[in-house]
Amino acid sequence: MKNVWVVAANTFREAVRDRVLYNLVFFALLMMGAAILVGQISIDIEQTVIVSLGLTAISVIGLFIAVFIGVGLVSKEMEKRTLYALLAKPVERWQFLLGKFAGLVMTLTVNTAAMAAGLYAALWSVKHPLVSSDAYILVAVYLILLKLALIVALAMLFSCFTTPFLAILFTAGIYVAGVYGGELRTMQAVNLTPATMKMFRAISYALPNFENFNVMGAVAHGRGVPGALVGHATLYAALYCAVVLAAAAMVFSRKNLK
Amino acid sequence: MKVETGEVFGFLGPNGAGKSTTIKLLMRLIFPSAGTARILGKSIDEVSVHREIGYLPEQPYFYDYLTAAEVLDYFARFHGLKANDRQERVARMLKKVGLETARKIQLRKYSKGMLQRVGLAQAILHDPQVVVLDEPMSGLDPLGRRELRDIILELKRDGKTVMFSTHILSDAEMLCDRVGVIVGGKLRGVGTPGEMVGIQTQGMEILFEAGAEGKTPPLAARATKTGERYRVKLPEEELYAALDELKLAGARILSVSQIKPTLEDFFMNLVEADRAQANAVEVSGK
Repeated sequence: MKNVWVVAANTFREAVRDRVLYNLVFFALLMMGAAILVGQISIDIEQTVIVSLGLTAISVIGLFIAVFIGVGLVSKEMEKRTLYALLAKPVERWQFLLGKFAGLVMTLTVNTAAMAAGLYAALWSVKHPLVSSDAYILVAVYLILLKLALIVALAMLFSCFTTPFLAILFTAGIYVAGVYGGELRTMQAVNLTPATMKMFRAISYALPNFENFNVMGAVAHGRGVPGALVGHATLYAALYCAVVLAAAAMVFSRKNLK
Repeated sequence: MKVETGEVFGFLGPNGAGKSTTIKLLMRLIFPSAGTARILGKSIDEVSVHREIGYLPEQPYFYDYLTAAEVLDYFARFHGLKANDRQERVARMLKKVGLETARKIQLRKYSKGMLQRVGLAQAILHDPQVVVLDEPMSGLDPLGRRELRDIILELKRDGKTVMFSTHILSDAEMLCDRVGVIVGGKLRGVGTPGEMVGIQTQGMEILFEAGAEGKTPPLAARATKTGERYRVKLPEEELYAALDELKLAGARILSVSQIKPTLEDFFMNLVEADRAQANAVEVSGK
């Protein structure tokens, strides 16, 4: 596992030096603007507006990083041939892959934690003191992070066997399909045969269910999040990531680097 | 093809012959459709054998956000070296490849030749038994080429096995105990550079000037004149007669050398022989 850690630490260093964390400036400006605006116009809905806006921004910014940098994690190394010298060392390909994944998840964790701190600061500026139920924002942030980790794994899988452009399209497509997977499961269409309905249901179960990680609405309204839901989402993300990364490792382990 | 322990082996061939492909196979970067390869007696698929291998890729490219010292430290970590050891080795390697003063500059500001030096440093950083260099002279200036030659000879003195690919015959002649020649993806011969080139000798060349009395020797009629100097090419068996003639005319002999084939001649012969053989097979097939 030492090799995995070495690759992960370097991936994190790359993100920092390539100024990936500069998006935090944009987030800070957004939160400051929202806090000032909400303070002037809203009546007793400051918390809902700030938390909704903050969590949505954390999710969207994270999504962009997870998809675009996630796809580039392997494809950029192949294109620039930076991994030639590395893979000739006593390093297994799966270790490289896992290290890249862990490095980007580390980056997203730091980024998301910093944005969460910004969200709390904005919330405090419109409503203080903060109350204990505000701690649920952290739960929502944690679930967003799980979702982002899953997206990174998918982006890496696609980038192992297709072009970066197609990998971005596939990852984005799976994300959209995963968000609406619930609808696919419960869809009642009059002109579909039972076999087609079964197929749609099977696809909906195979797709990652990103709704498992969405508690933004409840948290924005100050409601709690059950521990069982958090546990279930954690297990789901861990298993799904493991399966997707194993598939990526299988593809990458026999890939010819031209 | 077998490379013996402790020898410097040159892997020669024109562009596109399959040199880099072979090396990439050995480094597990691509996979063979058939056949096997072993290094130090172990299958190349065994990760442990790669602890004893140093590899310089063709036109190496490293993380450009790192400095030379950082990139070497990064690679050293995969060999399980302790922090103090890493620090000491990195400093020693940077000195060896002449990058001491540029150690804190990010690689994005490095020239091609400097990247080649970083590549060489990372290949020998962990003191490997086998060093594989893909076109190591590429991108280096004359000074860099000379330093690289010294490093290869030093590795040989230390008992390391060095295999490097090149399409520059003079490099191979100067450094290699043996060479292997590959053309069109097929190994066409293995032997010492002398064996490879000697067979192909194309005669002798004499460089001379007219004597002090200004008497022009008859040989000058066959020569090419550049300034005051005459250069004449002739078959090896005519050499002594020509030298006697020049001596008699009081000419000043500046040099006598064997005409070796140029790289182009050397490979063109092989390529043409290859084509001729292919055509013969095609005709007999009809």
